[in-house]
Amino acid sequence: MAFEGLSSKLQNVFKKLGGKGKLSEKEVREAMREVKLALLEADVNFAVVKNFVNKVTERAVGSEVLESLTPAQQVIKIVNEELTALMGGTGSKIEFGSKSPSVILLAGLQGAGKTTMAGKLAGYLSKQYGKSPMLVACDIYRPAAIDQLKVVGSKVGVPVFERGQADPVETAKLGVEEARRQLKDLVIIDTAGRLHIDEGMMDEIAAIRDAVQPAEILLTIDAMTGQDAVNVAKAFNEKLELTGVIVTKLDGDTRGGAALSVKAVTGKPIKFSGTGEKLTDIEPFHPDRMASRILGMGDMLTLIEKAQSAFDEKKAVELEAKLRNDEFTLEDFLDQFEQMKNMGSMQDIMGMIPGMDASKLGNIEIDEKQVARTQAIIKSMTPKERRKPDILNASRRRRIARGSGTTIQEVNRLINQFEATRKMMRQFTGKGKKGGKKGKRRFPFGF
Amino acid sequence: MEKKMGFFEKLKKSLSKAGNGMLGAIFAGGERVNNEFYEELEEAMIVADMGMDTAERLIDALRDSLDEKGIKTRTEARQELRRIVADEMRADSEFAADKGPAVLLIVGVNGVGKTTSIGKLAAYYISKGRQPMMAAADTFRAAAAEQLTVWAERSGVQIVKHGEGADPAAVVFDAAASFKARKRDILLCDTAGRLHNKKNLMSELEKIRRVLDRELPGVPVEALLVLDATTGQNAIIQARAFGESTGLTGVIITKLDGTAKGGMAVAIKNELGLPVRFIGVGEGIDDLRPFDADAFAEALI
Repeated sequence: MAFEGLSSKLQNVFKKLGGKGKLSEKEVREAMREVKLALLEADVNFAVVKNFVNKVTERAVGSEVLESLTPAQQVIKIVNEELTALMGGTGSKIEFGSKSPSVILLAGLQGAGKTTMAGKLAGYLSKQYGKSPMLVACDIYRPAAIDQLKVVGSKVGVPVFERGQADPVETAKLGVEEARRQLKDLVIIDTAGRLHIDEGMMDEIAAIRDAVQPAEILLTIDAMTGQDAVNVAKAFNEKLELTGVIVTKLDGDTRGGAALSVKAVTGKPIKFSGTGEKLTDIEPFHPDRMASRILGMGDMLTLIEKAQSAFDEKKAVELEAKLRNDEFTLEDFLDQFEQMKNMGSMQDIMGMIPGMDASKLGNIEIDEKQVARTQAIIKSMTPKERRKPDILNASRRRRIARGSGTTIQEVNRLINQFEATRKMMRQFTGKGKKGGKKGKRRFPFGF
Repeated sequence: MEKKMGFFEKLKKSLSKAGNGMLGAIFAGGERVNNEFYEELEEAMIVADMGMDTAERLIDALRDSLDEKGIKTRTEARQELRRIVADEMRADSEFAADKGPAVLLIVGVNGVGKTTSIGKLAAYYISKGRQPMMAAADTFRAAAAEQLTVWAERSGVQIVKHGEGADPAAVVFDAAASFKARKRDILLCDTAGRLHNKKNLMSELEKIRRVLDRELPGVPVEALLVLDATTGQNAIIQARAFGESTGLTGVIITKLDGTAKGGMAVAIKNELGLPVRFIGVGEGIDDLRPFDADAFAEALI
């Protein structure tokens, strides 16, 4: 039962109860048990879950089931809306304050990803907001933390101010002065990871804050954090009066309930998320998408957006025309692979589809190397072969296998796959169903 | 002996920071064992990150045991639960490095404390009169090798490293050669933090594992997953994924000096049979110690 999606569980509940019309109290209670379990499995804090479930129950009992929805969908709709509201509704922007340089202070536990995030923020804010940032290294405890920040800084082309193991409070102050002297308009301060119950260390970061008066005090928190997230967030918020939160490592397969817990106990918006190992893997946080991720309902919005930006409109139109004329070739096949690659890794994409949960993903082999091999095979064909795959005889296939460093079996498999796709697409374009709108699909790969 | 006590006192203190013992309040909350007690207990277990399934299973076991023994008071129930958890957490096999030469392959997601744990493990084995050495196979994170070098210098052990971006399997290959040539008996392999859902990075680990098996035949490899005590239910998924690519044999729990209870270790032992081998309870070089199931159960409950 571990990771069965919430939607299917709720559907089961209502199948049993067969609810129609108004949602009865009995049905809602039964459904809420499933909601509660789903949230706990997603690591949302126990107390937060309790409050949330009470609130949703109140709203759901007696509510009319909309014409177009099943009772299960109705409950999910309410849960999703309340969850989104709790997560903070729409996204929240970064504030730079009125002083220059603006100062951003990063705080958090050890290993949350502050140093990497400092580099990502510097790169992102210079690109998106035209800022000219400077990084200040105030982690004097972890061995080589300063070196790490320097490497990260040079990768994003941002200078790093450091004074070795000297007093971090003084370093922060001098860093801001140095930034002003160099006409920088943004200072990002990386601090040492610290436990929220370590009074000495908490006093230190409070002193740094007092010395530099940051426009943003951001708590960096690992998306995989469990129930303890509330204790951490509460302590940092009480000591520092946070202005916001950054959630890191969201590219994992965690449901990320910690994000909700942190938002609920601090009331502070989540402003950014870290979504990968590269220094460009940073995104503004989308509360609505996080809500459906926590519920295990996938992240359809992101998928749709990604698809829109990655798929070239014109190419899509061309492809449609080709399909209709039955001219789909291996070249188009290759094109599709490349466009798919622009959307991010296969796993990213699969993870965003509702109903695709982690456990099922484990069974489907999504091998990115396989994609690369496929590309190699097609690229080892002559243009003529790509356009007219029918001419691929045994000798040509042998040559292609050698050229692409694969085997004939792999080449054969690819060609079969291509034929299958072509066949599937013919059905897609709705040949014979004249006037039907089916041909308008933008997704040639039947997801 | 005295020092050892001090250490477990520290563990207990840290595990019980959020209140009077993680579950202390519940056992003090009334005399009789009743339904309310079980409910509170389940809640506390979930708050300790044990997860729903494990919490339910432990409570069933406790219920059976209390019925069988006719136990009615909460104080006695507490002892019983400690016994159940301690039994559950005891390793079923001996730790290879306790018997002779061994490789400790340290893996985990980003930021859990792999490099720091290796630094502390080196100091631990030195104190035991062993001859450890390090392989800096995290060639990805900026300055990871520098960080490990600082630790190597602190405890005076040899380290094999290449430049940033080098092939980690090549680092391990060289380290294995050096391990043989210098006749060391503990090889500590650091690896880059990686999310378990990144297939390419996981196959890189498989390769490292293959190199170790091939270059050091007859030397047992203990593949240890480092878990941050604050991690939630994702820990089990991590353990499963790392288990597939490296053949995990155990777990290291770090950062138990915070308010997190590390309850997912119980779930991992229960579901995957992976014992905890070491725990970290502080920033000091000697704050990583072998795991003791009884002390853990007592501190937790």
